[in-house]
Amino acid sequence: MIVHFEPASEEGIATVVRSAAAERVTLAIVGGGTRSGLGNPVRADRTLSTRRLSGIVTYNPAEMTMSALAGTPLAEIEAALAANGQMLSFEPMDHRPIFATTGEPTIGGVFAANVSGPRRYVAGAARDSLLGVRFVNGRGEAIKAGGRVMKNVTGLDLVKLMAGSYGTLGILTEVTFKVLPVPPAAATVVVPGLNDAEAAAVMAEAMAQPVEVSGAAHLPESVRGRFIDGALPGGAATVLRLEGLAASVEMRSEKLVAALSRFGPGSKLDSAETKTLWTEIRNVKPYADGTARPLWRVSAAPSAGHQLVAALRLQTGVDAFYDWQGGLVWLRMEAGAEAELVRRYVRALGGGHATLVRAEGGARAGIPAFEPQAPAVAQLSERVRAALDPAGIFNPGRLAAVA
Amino acid sequence: MPETIGFLRPRQAVLDRRREIIADLADLLPEGCLISDERGLKPFETDAFLAYRRLPLAVVLPETTEQVAAVLKYCSRYGIPVVPRGAGTSLSGGAIPQEDAIVVGLSKMSRILDVDLFNRTATVEAGVTNLNISEAVGADGFFYAPDPSSQLACTIGGNIGMNSGGAHCLKYGVTTNNLLGVKMVLFDGTVIELGGKALDAPGYDLLGLACGSEGQLGIVTEATVRLIAKPEGARPVLFGFASSEAAGSCVADIIGSGIIPVAIEFMDRPAIEICEAFAHAGYPLDVEALLIVEVEGSEAEMDAMLQGIIEIARRHGVVTIKESQSALEAALIWKGRKSAFGATGRVADYICMDGTVPLSQLSHVLRRTGEIVASYGLRVANVFHAGDGNMHPLILYDINDPADAARAEAAGNDILKLCVEAGGCLTGEHGVGIEKRDLMHHQYGKADLGQQMAVRAAFDPQWLLNPSKVFPLEGRPAA
Repeated sequence: MIVHFEPASEEGIATVVRSAAAERVTLAIVGGGTRSGLGNPVRADRTLSTRRLSGIVTYNPAEMTMSALAGTPLAEIEAALAANGQMLSFEPMDHRPIFATTGEPTIGGVFAANVSGPRRYVAGAARDSLLGVRFVNGRGEAIKAGGRVMKNVTGLDLVKLMAGSYGTLGILTEVTFKVLPVPPAAATVVVPGLNDAEAAAVMAEAMAQPVEVSGAAHLPESVRGRFIDGALPGGAATVLRLEGLAASVEMRSEKLVAALSRFGPGSKLDSAETKTLWTEIRNVKPYADGTARPLWRVSAAPSAGHQLVAALRLQTGVDAFYDWQGGLVWLRMEAGAEAELVRRYVRALGGGHATLVRAEGGARAGIPAFEPQAPAVAQLSERVRAALDPAGIFNPGRLAAVA
Repeated sequence: MPETIGFLRPRQAVLDRRREIIADLADLLPEGCLISDERGLKPFETDAFLAYRRLPLAVVLPETTEQVAAVLKYCSRYGIPVVPRGAGTSLSGGAIPQEDAIVVGLSKMSRILDVDLFNRTATVEAGVTNLNISEAVGADGFFYAPDPSSQLACTIGGNIGMNSGGAHCLKYGVTTNNLLGVKMVLFDGTVIELGGKALDAPGYDLLGLACGSEGQLGIVTEATVRLIAKPEGARPVLFGFASSEAAGSCVADIIGSGIIPVAIEFMDRPAIEICEAFAHAGYPLDVEALLIVEVEGSEAEMDAMLQGIIEIARRHGVVTIKESQSALEAALIWKGRKSAFGATGRVADYICMDGTVPLSQLSHVLRRTGEIVASYGLRVANVFHAGDGNMHPLILYDINDPADAARAEAAGNDILKLCVEAGGCLTGEHGVGIEKRDLMHHQYGKADLGQQMAVRAAFDPQWLLNPSKVFPLEGRPAA
């Protein structure tokens, strides 16, 4: 029988952890549970939820920082920010559409999985916005790291370490993060009809222009119709987002269209369409298809993304689209996950990381979800893990190299 | 001056084997990569935290990662402390050696290995200077964003060690936000690679942990950094105020309004006078506080942004507004600001604080800083990155007067405690080094520090890498 703990305080969590550590009882750590499909399956004796640890602790819009308890629903945070014209700059992806999960994502889950979106490529990942954390380590001690100021080099940066650690190093209880003003206006320049290699070149050129592109994605013909209700022009669409003061967005989009004119006439999407489009890109709408067909998220150098897809197409059935100037590749496999093939090509093209985000049960059990690490890095990571959770009770298996 | 900060006691067993160790190191390295005579060691005895000096056992200047690895492997085998060094510009004593230590200087590893404009990255050896990176890609319209004032001299390896910031971090972030990957040698000579041109490697963020670890987790020999397209134009504007409080609250209002300039720098009257005498930048001399606000973009964009900033400044009673009219004027404005520490050094000895505070506390902390320093009978000049609350009070004193020096150190400690009490931290960009090591318990509880030390020990179980730094000497886990 799975016993479920829902402590309502950091001290309550610490108490559960201390007794779990003493008895070597393993714990699955959950927030909203909407991302439980990420990483390798966890096999634990008990479940501990941060659900009752909820609420915004401090929010000072003028300082552009917020502190919230880990179990606070993301929706509550985004609503409070929006009421003050602010936002999370890293645009955390909502995983519910691709996993067909329900429930409410929590802010703790966002940082525990370092979840970012399209703007990550220029504005940094969730980890770059995280200024401070409180967490309970595997000894049941409440630990504070970082703070609430923008610049802080006082001691080791355990804040970065906790971001993206998937609850295997400690249980986040409170997070303090930087927020940014919502840009008053946004537009998207659309360059139609490019193949994947041409699109990569166009995106690189756009990023080299002094126009501050804040999103660069390529949506091949096969997925284009799935975005903004099919409103994108025919063929493939290479989309470039600009944000800022309205007049400035207008000027920069004209400059960008002019700079890219040799690739064909660019069109433009307005603020509302831009918002919808990039939310859909962020949430991987084309592959939110209600299936468990294997879905890979590959991070590579932008120049390598389209080469990876081209190489895979010669071997297997695959559909793909690109974010982050082509460096983030979403791959949906038509049949098997083809882990060996995908990871071999990623290595051959200069390295990167292929994460198996979704697959049916059997495949998921047999394939490590995360890119295997070099042995020396894996050993070091294990020593770091043991420094935080010596008894190995948190989320066993989640980050495992071998599923 | 009397030393109030202790170093670890030198290991007698290491000192006793001095000649043997030097001979062994000579075997590991090519000709010209080992310094062991006292005259040669002298330049390595301190860094920009000049009050403390220690002559190291030897200095090695490797030319390759493999040589760094060979030295570290040797040192771990014989329990010899290692102190990494870039250009020695640390303001917190991060590169000061100790008598039983081998200094590993990265100055010979200064090649730019790869500039990849398509992916907007540069891969460089650790001894490349910060400015060299921007210079190498400037003609192509790119730059490397973090810009510490010492950027002409400081190395990227040192920047990573300290997670350095600079004036333009308000918009572009500090080193950790611009660092994509490193090659790093661990204490036992193992070479690992973290990150690279692909973002967000899964697994623990050891790259983020290594950045700002002050040479305690390993020695970085190569780095891959993010390049950014240069803006069309940039314009610094001077705003003079009749009081520091008015300038401080103006900063908070600018940020609070949602306008984020590239930089907001603050100078008080003593700093203005010192910097103007040095750089002739055209700073107004009839104000109590000066803000340098830089905006960037096209002419029209800069005009629009400045209009909003000027409105806010007027509400705070700005008395002088001066826009730079040419690239030369803009360069002079920044020269004055970036030379602030050096220019101050011409008129007095100083110790430089580096606490960061929440913006709402800026005016309060400025006022209290003045009161604290005055209570010790000393003077202070304030010149700092106001936009992110990173303060740099320069406490002026006479290094040859022991009582004066002790007062300056005590005043500095009081100011840092004030920063922590105001919700801030001990150091925003200069690092803990030896300088703030014994103040760490003001910011962190015992368990917090214990957790950091346990993580540190996971990288370097023998505590050989830069061992006298960052963590209080008491309460360390047994090696």
